[in-house]
Amino acid sequence: MEYFLDIFIKNGFVAALLVTGIIMYTSSLASEKLTLKKIPGSAIAIIAGLVLAYAGGVFTGGDHGVADVAGLSGFAILGGSMFRDFTIVSTAMGASFDEIKKSGAAGILSLFIGIILSFFVGAVIAITMGYTDAKSITTIASGACTFIVGPITGGAIGATSEVITISIAAGVIKSILVTICTPIVANSIGLNNPQTAMIFGGMIGTTSGVAAGLAATDPKLVPYGAITATFYTGLGCLLCPSILYFLVTLFY
Amino acid sequence: MLVYGVAVLAGCFLLGQIIGQLLGRVLHIDANVGGVGFAMLLLILVNQWMHHKKWLTKEMESGIEFWSKMYIPVIVAMSAIQNVKGAISSGLIAVLAGIIPTAICFFMIPLISKMGKSKIEK
Repeated sequence: MEYFLDIFIKNGFVAALLVTGIIMYTSSLASEKLTLKKIPGSAIAIIAGLVLAYAGGVFTGGDHGVADVAGLSGFAILGGSMFRDFTIVSTAMGASFDEIKKSGAAGILSLFIGIILSFFVGAVIAITMGYTDAKSITTIASGACTFIVGPITGGAIGATSEVITISIAAGVIKSILVTICTPIVANSIGLNNPQTAMIFGGMIGTTSGVAAGLAATDPKLVPYGAITATFYTGLGCLLCPSILYFLVTLFY
Repeated sequence: MLVYGVAVLAGCFLLGQIIGQLLGRVLHIDANVGGVGFAMLLLILVNQWMHHKKWLTKEMESGIEFWSKMYIPVIVAMSAIQNVKGAISSGLIAVLAGIIPTAICFFMIPLISKMGKSKIEK
């Protein structure tokens, strides 16, 4: 047994490919047999991934889901940001430049609205929960944007590590929520065309959530959502510790 | 050669990352601003240009297509390494700050989509 485990550990990346393939296959079987294809296999596979990540966290006490389990460490490479971004870029092959140009202005507008709205509502929640100092309010509000904007803003303005941890958690919860809810609400918010996908990417922003949510909804929309979402974190890191922090200090 | 296509993709990816990183530095923030987005735009433009010049072979295209088909498995692997347990157990304020703003943004999407459409029609 230990001998086999050794081979898995030595060839972590290959092991991750095998296990991911098995997850995808069982998910598409489940989609076909249990839900009569009503829930797409990719949506089931992504949720299965989240459940496994939770189980990994419970069993190992680590922060990296299944990647902390011996023999599955290769998941950290396959699911890491390098491969995520590389495959997202490759989906642009199927995107039309004219569509992107047509919705470019709406996409940029949605980026600003998305960040400012998330920040504002996040700030109101922080205030309602009893935070009264500008640094904590700003950091938690930035966490409502993405799990990268939160810690970068908190670090830049000198928030406590406790508040920074909350901001990361808020961002991760956002990303999980978007992953699970996007395919469910897609129809009712009209998310079935490139233009709305670009606005969706700008409004929601969290690249992992947008990428996973659109993959489970309609893979054709992925490049359009991703192209705006990818600017969100950068713009958030620009606005949150500067103008938005300044606005908060006016009141607190 | 299949790998030529992969190399074109890799080149666009890295060039996009460099642009994003430089933009971040110009703006004085410690983050990559839209590196992936620039890379996507580059790939679309390079793809069109190479098509026009008839440099792009079927095999090169399939090298890029392979990676776009690996996209969903990579996303599944990505979900499997999220700190789900940590996020859920970090308290009510994180849960509220994660859910409520996102829900409001979701509801705003049809509204902005409508605004965008009326602009284009004009």
